[in-house]
Amino acid sequence: MSSIPILKSREAQIHTKGEKPFDMTCGKHSVAGSVSQRACVFCGSRVVLYPIADALHLIHGPIGCAAYTWDIRGALSSGPQLHRLSFSTDLRERDVIFGGEKKLEAALDELIDHYKPKAAFVYSTCIVGIIGDDVAAVCRKIEAKKGIPVLPVHSEGFKGTKKDGYKAACDALFKLVGKGSTEGVSPISINILGEFNIGGEAWLIKEYYERMGVQVVSVMTGDGRVDQIGKSHGAALNVVQCSGALTFLAEMMKEEYGTPYIRVSYIGIDDMAKSLYDVAARFPDNPEIMERTRKIVREEVEAILPELNEIRKDLEGKKAAIYVGGAFKAFSLIKALNYLGMKVVLVGSQTGNKEDYKTLQEMCDDGTIILDDANPLELSKYIIEKDADLFIGGVKERPIAFKMGIGFCDHNHERKIPLAGFRGMLAFAREVHTSVTSPVWQFCPARLGNKEK
Amino acid sequence: MKFAGKTDNYAATQNACNLCSPLGAALVFKGVSNCVPLLHGSQGCSTYIRRYMISHFKEPMDIACSNFGEHTAIFGGGANIKLAIDNIRSQYSPELIGIATTCLSETIGDDVPMFIRSYKEECEDKENLPALVHVSTPSYQGTHMQGFHGAVRALVETLAEAAETGDKPLLNLFPGMVSPSDLRLLKEIAADFGMEPVLIPDYSDTLNGPLWTEYQRIPEGGTTIEAIKSTGGAAASLECGMILAGEPETAGTWLDKKFSVPAHRIGLPIGIRETDKMMDILAEVSGNPIPDKYLGQRGRLLDAMVDGHKHLNGVKAALFGEEDLVAGLAAFCSEIGVIPALCATGGGAGRFEKTIKSVVPERIHRKMEIMEDVDFVTIEKALEKTGVDLLIGHSKGYAMSRRLKTPLLRVGFPVHDRVNGSRTLHLGYRGAQQLFDRIVNKIIEIKQDRSDVGYTYM
Repeated sequence: MSSIPILKSREAQIHTKGEKPFDMTCGKHSVAGSVSQRACVFCGSRVVLYPIADALHLIHGPIGCAAYTWDIRGALSSGPQLHRLSFSTDLRERDVIFGGEKKLEAALDELIDHYKPKAAFVYSTCIVGIIGDDVAAVCRKIEAKKGIPVLPVHSEGFKGTKKDGYKAACDALFKLVGKGSTEGVSPISINILGEFNIGGEAWLIKEYYERMGVQVVSVMTGDGRVDQIGKSHGAALNVVQCSGALTFLAEMMKEEYGTPYIRVSYIGIDDMAKSLYDVAARFPDNPEIMERTRKIVREEVEAILPELNEIRKDLEGKKAAIYVGGAFKAFSLIKALNYLGMKVVLVGSQTGNKEDYKTLQEMCDDGTIILDDANPLELSKYIIEKDADLFIGGVKERPIAFKMGIGFCDHNHERKIPLAGFRGMLAFAREVHTSVTSPVWQFCPARLGNKEK
Repeated sequence: MKFAGKTDNYAATQNACNLCSPLGAALVFKGVSNCVPLLHGSQGCSTYIRRYMISHFKEPMDIACSNFGEHTAIFGGGANIKLAIDNIRSQYSPELIGIATTCLSETIGDDVPMFIRSYKEECEDKENLPALVHVSTPSYQGTHMQGFHGAVRALVETLAEAAETGDKPLLNLFPGMVSPSDLRLLKEIAADFGMEPVLIPDYSDTLNGPLWTEYQRIPEGGTTIEAIKSTGGAAASLECGMILAGEPETAGTWLDKKFSVPAHRIGLPIGIRETDKMMDILAEVSGNPIPDKYLGQRGRLLDAMVDGHKHLNGVKAALFGEEDLVAGLAAFCSEIGVIPALCATGGGAGRFEKTIKSVVPERIHRKMEIMEDVDFVTIEKALEKTGVDLLIGHSKGYAMSRRLKTPLLRVGFPVHDRVNGSRTLHLGYRGAQQLFDRIVNKIIEIKQDRSDVGYTYM
């Protein structure tokens, strides 16, 4: 498979564990002409804010950005469904020439009157800054007129990477924090940050914390509500999942409101349990919380263990490749896959930092390929070389795996099933099992070749 | 949920019924052999478009991007485009790079043809230089269809030569944005008339191929550069799309003007009449009679139409999507008694109403609503009033279908919630046969499901 060449400028972002001293280059803008699996600043902002279901999400720009993100994620809401609609100012040629401010103002006016959202987010796309629209001024004007927060999101696609989009989203979110009263907020309380309620995951997690006796003030942003975010500064602790998306907000809240934060992951049994124990440990004056946590973990694990063990029998020794957005998820996935008896032969992320990659390589066996901001050619080269049985990634990675006859598990935001929490671990195991043990692989030419070798 | 409909000061587009122009251009370039599409803009443009198309075609979809940064937006994208071409060449060794612009690169005023010229001049190994084809696709102009037809024209304008024809007469086929199965069908028909088809684009293999033994950097298939060059020497061009036919400058008209290749411009051959028209043109151009095979297909289709006519006559359908597809479907519906009670498109060529009316009998016109440049919220509002038996369009109509409790028959692009988007056949007698069967069966199914009796004979 040496026929797949690697760009020279990409070599420092690809490592094989054990081959040479580990020093990953990362956090770079993607190389021009390489087919990066990353998206843009706008995408980063859009994924973070998307699940806030009672807010209006208006995308200011030509139609594409709104069309491609219409109802794109599996983020569920228990009430309003406003987030699942796609709103765009749909800028045309004359707007580009004469400016889009008037159209933006009219659009906000009309949409807020009709849908009566609790807040509005206005996403700037690439050309907005170039044509010189003063989005912030329009937002201020409409905010004064309508009496709801109207927040500009500085998400011009080219102004950085997806991570900068996370930051722009957090800046907008932060303006909502502190707007509401903290009355009724318990001293034993948390905000869940970086959980987007894909397939109802946030509901699972929230239920665990509530059973422990910990109040959940807000989830950001899964099944999110503007009012909950408004009083989130009253919570005693921010519990942050995911590599980077909401860490910016946690930092800002720490500085402004003194809210401490911890980082957790809800993927896999160990990390899920640790997420609960770590929160319980923050309330040492209430030892009954830890008691309850132990009981919850015990019950939840007992409930899924028999089936997990059955599944493990079929998956033992199989090889997996992981390519995800944030590196933090990759840590948990490695552990979860190990739990299922599988071996990780490739791991990479779109947005990991130096620390993340150091941790990743410590978790991996020798020979594992570690990648930052990979492209389809690199991914295919290594999944084939490593003879993976399973690829975990998003929609863009799926056809690469399938063409080469390799099983696939979608672990991105577009999936419809919960993969977090204890029950999510079982769902994950079933997903992996369903794909890897399908009889279709026996007919796939690429895999036949590998088996004969 | 109640939607805001179009008002006088209607400014927002809600749930768009169209996509942006670079998507159409990228799709065309995917249908050229050994070609890598390159979008000149932000990383998100290529990633979103890739993801959108993967969910329909379910195939690898490498589309490169020149990855604008802040620096690029200020100083221009010249350096990025050159670096991108270099990197694509060293990774993919393509024969052609199809460069489409975006709203960003157009707004800052990048002169892409000039960048390409200077790249070629500075290039050290000129013999190995891939063809570089540029199409201007600012996302604020037109829809994905303008991007699609623009890229087809750019390919021809850049590459076509006054070539000698071989043994078989060449037929240029500009099929419009149809499915891989449709493309295969057109090639088969042209070959059956004894002609050598040059289909632009032809993504029938690149976007609907088999599993691979070895990883393919660029999937096999697609129209070769040689074939595109030869279009200047073809016996004729067949360009499909009634809306497209109103466009003064297309690949077909350009070849006609430049190389005197006669352009035959018809609608998408959906249904009896438009397919008949295509067959007659092919018979005339090739000098061969319509093969018996097609007379058989036509005969069986007519027989099926008679068998099923009672289920359909007077049934009301809403058609939505790309303008030319809706026009084709409206024509076919009118042949089988289905009233196209609502025809809607996100496109805005300005010829939609006239075109639709030209394919539907006049007595039906008063029963129709025709909407151009509209979004799904506007379409749904209209349907709340009108009420139809069936929706025929792409997957993005599903949310509306669910709320209106009106079944959706999936055609066109995108089909994101079924597995057979690539294999849906729309064109020719066989395509009409499949559409007919699906429509009749859907109506029968509705009747059957809503009946208290549960008839087993229908």
